[in-house]
Amino acid sequence: MKAIVNVYLKEGVLDPQGKAAHHALGSLGFDNVSDVRIGKQIILELDAKDQAAAKAEVIEMTETLLANTVIEDYTIEIL
Amino acid sequence: MKKLNVSILQFPGTNCEYDTVYALKKLGHNTHVIWHKEENLPADTDLVVVPGGFSYGDYLRSGSIARFSPIMQAVEAYATAGGMVLGICNGFQILTEMGLLPGALKRNNNLHFISKHQTIKVINSDNAFLNQCKAGEILDIPVAHADGNYYIDEEGYKSLEVNGQILLRYCDAAGKPMVLNGSVAQIAGVCNQQKNIFGLMPHPERAMEFVLGSEDGVRMLKGFENA
Repeated sequence: MKAIVNVYLKEGVLDPQGKAAHHALGSLGFDNVSDVRIGKQIILELDAKDQAAAKAEVIEMTETLLANTVIEDYTIEIL
Repeated sequence: MKKLNVSILQFPGTNCEYDTVYALKKLGHNTHVIWHKEENLPADTDLVVVPGGFSYGDYLRSGSIARFSPIMQAVEAYATAGGMVLGICNGFQILTEMGLLPGALKRNNNLHFISKHQTIKVINSDNAFLNQCKAGEILDIPVAHADGNYYIDEEGYKSLEVNGQILLRYCDAAGKPMVLNGSVAQIAGVCNQQKNIFGLMPHPERAMEFVLGSEDGVRMLKGFENA
């Protein structure tokens, strides 16, 4: 089973990398972009008996290690 | 003066452990460098220092992996029982990742690795760490970090202020607030509510000799012997 975890800074927490990329896009003439946020994607291969069990386990992994929930939010997709 | 037994942790990628040994030996203390695979701290430990560097290459997030090293369970137990812990730079990042200190450290606003001498203002000195400094005093201490942008939500910030947990803020040479890296309210260092766990981004262990630019670190690190 495969799990895809997307981790990104929370709304309201300034994302300096996103801001720099946004600025660069503007310089290149892409002036219709209203916001850029940069996160990271973590792809896990794991054994689990079903999707629900996998999701529960990946939530625990994410809360414990993969994301810092003081500043970051995350989404999890099980494939 | 009280001679302290100081345990200085070492992870793969730590690079300030021997500067920290030098600084604390200069103040007359005993130092032990403790490899992160150890499961126990020496029983006579009076102070644990989590030094600077790039533990685990800063992979995932600075400090996020080091917090799960075997020695950190012992450090957590030691800190929770009231033992004194100081985290410098990467050490500060590790302590926030563990939740031993409030807030988090994220990428500097300008995305640069900032490495220079920096003036910082002492905000609260009524604690085991900064008792040799005066509130309002300006110190000259080197900084060297990419992830020093301190974040805490509004409610958390209020509680830091009310409890006197803000240790240091970045300022200019005249003492006016200065944006260095984007930290909330220019915070450079904080402690926990019980005031036994301390963290800061600047490096007092690199400011121990007048001929090397500053000896203000002496006054900072000396505090522990009076704790």
